[in-house]
Amino acid sequence: MRWIPPILLLQCIVTAAPVAADFSGNVAIEAVTFFEDAQFDDQFDDNATLSFEPRWTTHWNDGDDRFSAELFLRADGEDAGREHADIRELLWLRIDGDNEWRVGINTMFWGVVESQHLVDVINQIDAVEGIDGEEKLGQPMLHWKRYTDSGVFDVLILAGFRERTFQEAEGRLRAPLVVDTDQAGYESDDEESHVDLALRWSQTYGDLDLGVHFFDGTNREPLLLSGSDEDGDPVLIPFYEQMTQIGVDAQLIYEDWIWRLELIRREADSADRSAFVAGFEYTFYGILDSATDLGLLAEYSYDDRPEGQRGVFDRDLFVGTRFAFNDVQSSEILAGLIVDTDNGSRSFRVEGNRRFGDSFRGTLELQLFANVDDADPLAALAKDDHLLLELAYFF
Amino acid sequence: MPRLKQLIALALLALPLTAVASSAEQRGLEIAEAADAYDAGFGDFVADMKMILANKAGETSTREIRIRTLEVEGDGDKSLSIFDEPADVKGTKMLTYSHGLEPDDQWLYLPALKRVKRISSRNKSGPFMGSTFAFEDLGSQEVEKYTYKYLRDEPCGEWTCHVIERYPAYEYSGYTRQVVWLDTEAYRLVKSEFYDRKQSLLKTLTMSEYQQFLDHYWRPGRMEMVNHQTGKSTILEWTNYRFRTGLSEADFRSQTLKRTN
Repeated sequence: MRWIPPILLLQCIVTAAPVAADFSGNVAIEAVTFFEDAQFDDQFDDNATLSFEPRWTTHWNDGDDRFSAELFLRADGEDAGREHADIRELLWLRIDGDNEWRVGINTMFWGVVESQHLVDVINQIDAVEGIDGEEKLGQPMLHWKRYTDSGVFDVLILAGFRERTFQEAEGRLRAPLVVDTDQAGYESDDEESHVDLALRWSQTYGDLDLGVHFFDGTNREPLLLSGSDEDGDPVLIPFYEQMTQIGVDAQLIYEDWIWRLELIRREADSADRSAFVAGFEYTFYGILDSATDLGLLAEYSYDDRPEGQRGVFDRDLFVGTRFAFNDVQSSEILAGLIVDTDNGSRSFRVEGNRRFGDSFRGTLELQLFANVDDADPLAALAKDDHLLLELAYFF
Repeated sequence: MPRLKQLIALALLALPLTAVASSAEQRGLEIAEAADAYDAGFGDFVADMKMILANKAGETSTREIRIRTLEVEGDGDKSLSIFDEPADVKGTKMLTYSHGLEPDDQWLYLPALKRVKRISSRNKSGPFMGSTFAFEDLGSQEVEKYTYKYLRDEPCGEWTCHVIERYPAYEYSGYTRQVVWLDTEAYRLVKSEFYDRKQSLLKTLTMSEYQQFLDHYWRPGRMEMVNHQTGKSTILEWTNYRFRTGLSEADFRSQTLKRTN
């Protein structure tokens, strides 16, 4: 059989019988100002950027076949590292009774906790988009989901590795040395074409949601090795190891409490790693006879990697509050403090957002770092306190 | 034995009262059961709901939500709400498995994070999408969720209505009681008055523009909820009702919330 270019095949599928199509998305301007002079040379102090996130969906065959595409584009004047485009989704979904097949590029979320994303290993982080790991790069995959009485089973074959994005020299919120992504190295001889395997089982037992996963393939989180660029200047070079991981996520709702747990065991050449996050959210509904709900959150993170190899969340306590005003504008305020229980380094963030009119949403974000220990991974961000304002138009 | 006589006299006096009371409660329950039986067997339905919120000054904002409901025998209904407007919440979905007196199971899909979150359904008295409807006003109305008391029959527009009082038997309701007007022929809900925890009138719901489906089931085209204490009101306009569309349990799984539609 002749090989059909995927794009032509796609066209066939789409032109064959488009029943209903839907176009939506948002355009956003973001302005950020940093309160202190930059720690490293070349870094900017203020910046304004523009992003565009269109989404297009259609379905046919009574909805048994569905197609969705979502792009992300950012134009950035000051920060070349953030100027990028990505296909977040380009996916064909076939629903066949208790089976779902997905082919293409997708972005998915695994996990239950709020302060970090430990079991969320399928997609690479779009790290230039934020330090919270919630913006991710689209991952090419073949995904089979099966619903049974004993739970939902997912089999994912992940083909085509996505390298993590990193700030360039002028970017804020970066490591002391620039990461030279052109020199990225891999443990596997297949490099970025290594095919990864992920399996997941999940089930709901009354008020308990439970998930177990297995992952074998390229670690999305690179080691950063010291090296030098072509001019002989020192840089960091990402090195992507192979890893095998098993993990569990669980959430239990009990009255006004939600208890959450994520834990992983990861095995790799450089170091094995066991880590967990556990915590709760307690909500006061309709405080002071108003419509406002107040949530209190606390989570503890533990990571047994040797010092120097740990991430930000090694032995950290997160405490936060969430105000949901339940008003016409869907206003919300989230505030969170992360404290390293070993060295006392602190990171504090407040995020508020509300709707304006029918089509706009404004977000205000304040990020502060305090008492940062020189040995903590946060040390590189110690002078990156900032205020960010985003106004997005939705269509 | 004057005391015994007194006691007997008292008991005799009290007897007709309790008989009346118990029969009013019995009658209230019977009407609720008859209303439930009348609507049983619809299978499933889908509809489009437009929600128009107005504040005291008359400023309005609009939400558009697609609703899918599946009847579950022996338990509360399963329902899926898909948000289309306002645009910033487009693609957000809420899945509810309602249960009688037990707390409902509820999940939310947040498209910006591609994340399905199991949420607590404890927030029964909180406003739905900033409207004057509370979550409990829009939930599945199972018989066992209330205790009842029949008050009277009276004309209500073109129909005659049973007027009954009902008292939430589930936890965390924002109401102490509701007075509801149900028409005597097909048990259509015409009006409800909601009394808050201080026993004052909080809200009035009126339902109109009823249409009949499958030659039996009645659904309102318009619902209006006025909050007398804040001056805010919300109108729900229901269109495109379709019954027995072939929905099944498989369409109401938390994991299917991620599907695009």
